[in-house]
Amino acid sequence: MGQYQWNWGIILEEVYGTGEYYYQWLITGLGWTVATALSAWVIALILGSLIGTVRTMPNKWLAGLATAYVELFRNIPLIVQLFLWFFVLPEVLPEQMGTWMKQDMPMPEFITAVIGLGLFTSARVAEQVRTGIMALPRGQRYAGQALGFTLGQTYRYVLLPMAFRIVIPPLTSEFMNVFKNSAVALAIGVTELTFQMRQITGEYAPGNPIEVMTMVSVIYLIMAFSVNRLMAFIERRTQVPGYISGGSK
Amino acid sequence: MISIKNVSKWYGNFQVLTDCTTEVKKGEVVVVCGPSGSGKSTLIKTVNALEPFQKGDIVVDGISIADPKTNLPKLRSRVGMVFQHFELFPHLTITDNLAIAQQKVLGRSRDEARAKGAKLLERVGLSAHAAKFPGQLSGGQQQRVAIARALAMDPIVMLFDEPTSALDPEMVNEVLDVMVQLAHEGMTMMCVTHEMGFARKVANRVIFMDKGKIEEDCSKEDFFGSPRGERAQLFLSKILQH
Ligand SMILES: Nc1ncnc2c1ncn2[C@@H]1O[C@H](COP(=O)(O)OP(=O)(O)OP(=O)(O)O)[C@@H](O)[C@H]1O
Ligand SMILES: [Mg+2]
Repeated sequence: MGQYQWNWGIILEEVYGTGEYYYQWLITGLGWTVATALSAWVIALILGSLIGTVRTMPNKWLAGLATAYVELFRNIPLIVQLFLWFFVLPEVLPEQMGTWMKQDMPMPEFITAVIGLGLFTSARVAEQVRTGIMALPRGQRYAGQALGFTLGQTYRYVLLPMAFRIVIPPLTSEFMNVFKNSAVALAIGVTELTFQMRQITGEYAPGNPIEVMTMVSVIYLIMAFSVNRLMAFIERRTQVPGYISGGSK
Repeated sequence: MISIKNVSKWYGNFQVLTDCTTEVKKGEVVVVCGPSGSGKSTLIKTVNALEPFQKGDIVVDGISIADPKTNLPKLRSRVGMVFQHFELFPHLTITDNLAIAQQKVLGRSRDEARAKGAKLLERVGLSAHAAKFPGQLSGGQQQRVAIARALAMDPIVMLFDEPTSALDPEMVNEVLDVMVQLAHEGMTMMCVTHEMGFARKVANRVIFMDKGKIEEDCSKEDFFGSPRGERAQLFLSKILQH
């Protein structure tokens, strides 16, 4: 094996013959990663909260449907789901819609990645939200309804505010996961961070993979850390004075 | 006020309530007692339709619970309920615990709801704690807030399910005092409790339940004088020992 030529400054160099710099490529990648992860998280949070809530409702049919949703999206590998959305769905849809998806849909890779990652994550968020609701004492539901709240109001004013507080720690992991999992989007051609890393280390600067990979890893770490801090902040802000979890059984 | 007619309820194959029939008249205080698992909580929860039942009917202030057209949330808003474990909403201040249902269910304005809540909080002697959260109060204080919260809805009847059995002994009386006062003011009450002192003081009638059946339903004098059933006698002798 030859001598490894360390070059930490590579990031500031021009990509040969393009007029662009490596750091610009990484920033572009970072942008797509953040856009993909945050958009997917919005979908996951809204849909997951809804599905998780429905799973705890008295209506057996609705709850069953929600359970099926969770099992479906949770148990198929994410990358397979992306391939299904991207390559298979346009073929099985009615012809017009399929053609539209393939030819006219704006940013097809990005949109598909966001929806695919969002639905996958929503199933996981749903599980956490359900767990949070189930962790509350049964009497809380009774107490809400006894005051005359409808089922919807009981969830809105009594159950969900506490359930969400309880599940902030596991939701933090899911939020961090969505950033890591967004790397899978490269499989359908989203030019996100890992895509850029592979492009740089594969074709353009094959001599310095360690430096580039290290920098990309650090960027992922910073993102995870930021999410973690943000969630810790929210947890502190929403802390209930005097409440010991599980203490008011 | 409350008329329970031939109510039966099953959990799967297990019958929790068997043909229960009784009545609570306006202004009456009825105490329900009986051994653990006899169905007391289940019965009292059927009165405001928190627990569904398969047979019979319950009529509250002229409104049938079994009637599928009945607006159950509306009915429940007129029936106050106090639970063994208080069930205050931990994320809301005491003030908001008292106000939220008034606002969201009865449509009272925030100021109106708060004023009403403050008045009731004063009545249970806890005005100083209005800004606190439930987790910052003792069990007895929480239960008094829970009673105030139920009263804030101007209920036509109050249901209590073992309101003192989760409390440390030294806190039992502060809660019973509030209940006695309520009874003296003429509130219609149905109380599941083993506090026989309370029953002696304010009850009009005592119901004894065993294995899902109403075994005794008689005036307080008859019950403490000479319960007819053997099981009730045994039960009484056991709890009066303490
Ligand atoms: N959700 C449920 N599913 C199945 N069985 C239940 C359920 N809830 C209560 N039961 C059973 O119904 C019976 C009556 O319960 P209930 O809580 O009404 O009794 P109780 O008289 O209030 O007892 P305690 O004094 O312990 O509070 C018990 O045998 C209990 O195990
Ligand atoms: Mg009980």
